[in-house]
Amino acid sequence: MDCVEQTDTNAEAPSVIDRYFTRWYRADMKGKPCEDHCILQHSNRICVVTLAETHPILQDGRTIKSINYQISNGCSRLNNKVSGKSKRGGQFLTDFAPLCRITCSDETEYTIYSCIRGRLLEVNENILETPDLLLEKPSTEGYIAVILPKFEESKSITENLLTQEEFEKRVSERPRSQRS
Amino acid sequence: MLPLKEKDKPIIQKLLSAGCCARCVLRFCCLSVHAAYRQPPQETLKELQAFVTEKESSKVQHSSTTENNKSHDAAASETLGGPPSKRAKLEPSEAAAESEENAAAAVITWRNEEESRVCVVCLGILQGLCGAEQAAKIAEAVKKGNYEFDTLVLSVSLPAQLCVREHSCWLHVKKEVREKGLALTKDDVIQVKEAFKWTMQGLVAKQLGGIAVVTKSSFEVGVEFTHPETDSDCHFLAKSCPDCFKPTKNKQSAFTRMAVVKALEKISDAKFLEHYPCPPAHPSSSCTPQDVQCLHVSVFIAGRYNKFCRSLPQTPWLIDGERRMESSVEELIAAPILSAFRADGFNFSSSGREDVDVRTLGNGRPFAMELLNPHRSRFSKVEMMQLQETINKSSDKIRVRDLQIVTREAMSHMKEGEEEKTKSYRALIWTQKPIQSEDITFIDDIKDLTLDQKTPLRVLHRRALAIRQRVIHSMNTRFVDSHHFYLGLKTQAGTYIKEFVHGDFGRTKPNMCQLLKTDTDILELDVESVDVDWPPAIPE
Repeated sequence: MDCVEQTDTNAEAPSVIDRYFTRWYRADMKGKPCEDHCILQHSNRICVVTLAETHPILQDGRTIKSINYQISNGCSRLNNKVSGKSKRGGQFLTDFAPLCRITCSDETEYTIYSCIRGRLLEVNENILETPDLLLEKPSTEGYIAVILPKFEESKSITENLLTQEEFEKRVSERPRSQRS
Repeated sequence: MLPLKEKDKPIIQKLLSAGCCARCVLRFCCLSVHAAYRQPPQETLKELQAFVTEKESSKVQHSSTTENNKSHDAAASETLGGPPSKRAKLEPSEAAAESEENAAAAVITWRNEEESRVCVVCLGILQGLCGAEQAAKIAEAVKKGNYEFDTLVLSVSLPAQLCVREHSCWLHVKKEVREKGLALTKDDVIQVKEAFKWTMQGLVAKQLGGIAVVTKSSFEVGVEFTHPETDSDCHFLAKSCPDCFKPTKNKQSAFTRMAVVKALEKISDAKFLEHYPCPPAHPSSSCTPQDVQCLHVSVFIAGRYNKFCRSLPQTPWLIDGERRMESSVEELIAAPILSAFRADGFNFSSSGREDVDVRTLGNGRPFAMELLNPHRSRFSKVEMMQLQETINKSSDKIRVRDLQIVTREAMSHMKEGEEEKTKSYRALIWTQKPIQSEDITFIDDIKDLTLDQKTPLRVLHRRALAIRQRVIHSMNTRFVDSHHFYLGLKTQAGTYIKEFVHGDFGRTKPNMCQLLKTDTDILELDVESVDVDWPPAIPE
């Protein structure tokens, strides 16, 4: 019977991400060691781009100096606007489209990329005011951007990405010096 | 006696020679006496012929009787050799004096062949297809449908090319009709549809044992005729009026009746006559009647439903065309209703909707259904109550109350209420940090908390991205244990509760995580009430 009431309040319930999203990873983005990205894909195909826990920005108690969505003179992700159900007008992104540049207080700069093809729906403006969100909750409130893949590409866009299992294996194979 | 006037004579003569049937002749005489169409067409024809020849005789009598007889004899012998259409073609080239005589001759020939001839204008619709035999067929189809009805309206669908033929025939007698009455136009010609209905309504009514066939009824019986042989009649119009015939997604052919009528309004008489014979050419076959279509107008049903199950979607849940759950609220409710009303299908709508894992308790959620083509439509209050019982006995996952028949207009009350009314919920909340009962009491004091909700990621694929302001009017808490409590909420309709609790990546602000300064999540959600006062409650 599928109507049995279950109120097992002691069990640790799966988190929101576990319930509705699949985690995909891009390791060593553009050949830069440990610049790992994590893509959360909702069952409705919407993708949230986040920093993987292993990203250098999140290591060694670093702090963020600035986050810049202005990726070139002519293009700022902050100007992105979509309208209507069909999300007209959003910037179209390819795998290696930069989303933002993050500068740490030690002046190292990192570029965060889209990792998947799709239409940019929104960027997270909350992290501009509160950069610590990025450090404290990188996979939820500290997300970078929301992307809507094309309907017909919603399966194929993750083909080049690693599954959680593959990613964990990849991380465990890294030389000790690269691991946190 | 047909109420015809002297000035109808040239019209009748011209039309009979052109190969028009008796009823079509009456139509072009703008005769709107229904009884004239009801009488057998053979009789009408005889009367018409008598009418034109009698006048002819009285006219010719002025010269000499023998001459008159001669001309009759000559005409009769002459026409044995050739069909009247030849005569009709010759007519315009002949001298005006001769034409009258020839017309009379053609009329007589017509008498001989009239049984086998299909009318050039109505393509047989007002001939063999408009009589007791056809009425019996219609009545049989209606009886077979086993509908419950007091009255019916007869609707007729004609092939589009009939308009072209009608136009051609109109141009043929335009001058004569104008002479009959200055104010008469093409619109005064009785339409084939009208003539058909005037003739058939009484016959169909009789076959159905005295059911009233009226002009407005909730039960429609549709008769359709096609005539593939002459479908190409319309095609020349596409060249002269290409903008009238744009290919449409749903229609099989661009030559719809509407498009053809529009094109005929635009085209000049000269251009029409260049491309189309006037009068129209003789067809070799009569129209084909299609299956009789019976359609009862929709019946609307409303009520409230409870959903007691956390694995039941409101509507069938399909992913990539495959079913995710075996049933749904709407299917459980609809099945008994469809079989009681013997309807072909339904459209379900409700005042908002709940997720698959959310229960709807209390008085339930208002819903309404449009029942398509119901074969039965009248139910007493007692019968509706029994139907409700049947639904409730069929499943323990749902329950229905206040089930009633409503009007189409009343359904809008439900959608009006959707945005402005309030809804009450109960949620089981998990907190990451341990809590004590006093840690959550402050929540009870929060009143009219306005949220800024970005369209939840969960629905962003089908809703526009926006920040919507929604108000939580009040909340109350019940402590369960160090990581759990029950949260009651009374909110403005359209508030996303799950996102208020977990925050949706910080996209709903403020959220429960911020209020409690710890991660929170929602484990269970129930709708306790949907405060829309429609449909009216029905005492059990």
